Amino acid sequence: MATVRVQEALFDLAAETAALTAGRTDVGAVASFLGVCRADDGLAAMVLEHYPAMTERALRRIAAEAEARWPLTGCTVIHRVGRILPGEPIVLVLTASTHRAAALESCAFLIDWLKTRAPFWKCEEFADGTRRWVEARADDEAAAARWGEQVAADAPGEGAPARRQREAEPAAE
Amino acid sequence: MRVLYFAWLRQKIGLAEEEAAPPPDEVRDVAGLIRWLAARSPGHAAAFAEPRLVRAAVNQEFATPDTPVAPGDEVAFFPPVTGG
Repeated sequence: MATVRVQEALFDLAAETAALTAGRTDVGAVASFLGVCRADDGLAAMVLEHYPAMTERALRRIAAEAEARWPLTGCTVIHRVGRILPGEPIVLVLTASTHRAAALESCAFLIDWLKTRAPFWKCEEFADGTRRWVEARADDEAAAARWGEQVAADAPGEGAPARRQREAEPAAE
Repeated sequence: MRVLYFAWLRQKIGLAEEEAAPPPDEVRDVAGLIRWLAARSPGHAAAFAEPRLVRAAVNQEFATPDTPVAPGDEVAFFPPVTGG
């Protein structure tokens, strides 16, 4: 069962990694992705907004998809929201498996899907007080698309009927 | 029907959420709801001026223009997601 959290607070990479391997001797590989806030173009802060009723469920479903595709012993997804300063971490993905290929591939899959299928929006704040909403990137969509369509049902324990998740398409055109 | 707005849609409309009661025989899906909402105020019109930039969720599931909507649903509108 994946660990999924959405929080304002900072997180501790070492502690989260230790939690994934604690008490087990079957883990041979842990892969990690740490997304960090850059200070491009004089950025003073990044403000992360999300859709609380939907976010954790979306992340849990993406994690369940990774667990269905690769033989993982565990995985952790932590995404921060609120005001994030340059140099601070934004998102953490950890995947653990017996062997490295599953850990590395599933880690890349998780961050690619998270970028296009989880309801977060970034707003950039600049030193002069201006704000700008970050636009979605076509190469993020291409990176997510290379993993193909979803095969897994809803995350275990949700009680919802199995159904295929649709990609985020334009709401009208 | 509860309608939620996020990111720049929330700013253009000036509301994070509102109750809406579109006529069910006129508004059957997400695309129809967008057309109906866009006529509510200049802010709504501005937010929905470029529908290709708008994404939606119905009852916390990503939706498409032809996804049905009904009284009691929670419908959210937002730009393409930019997390990670």
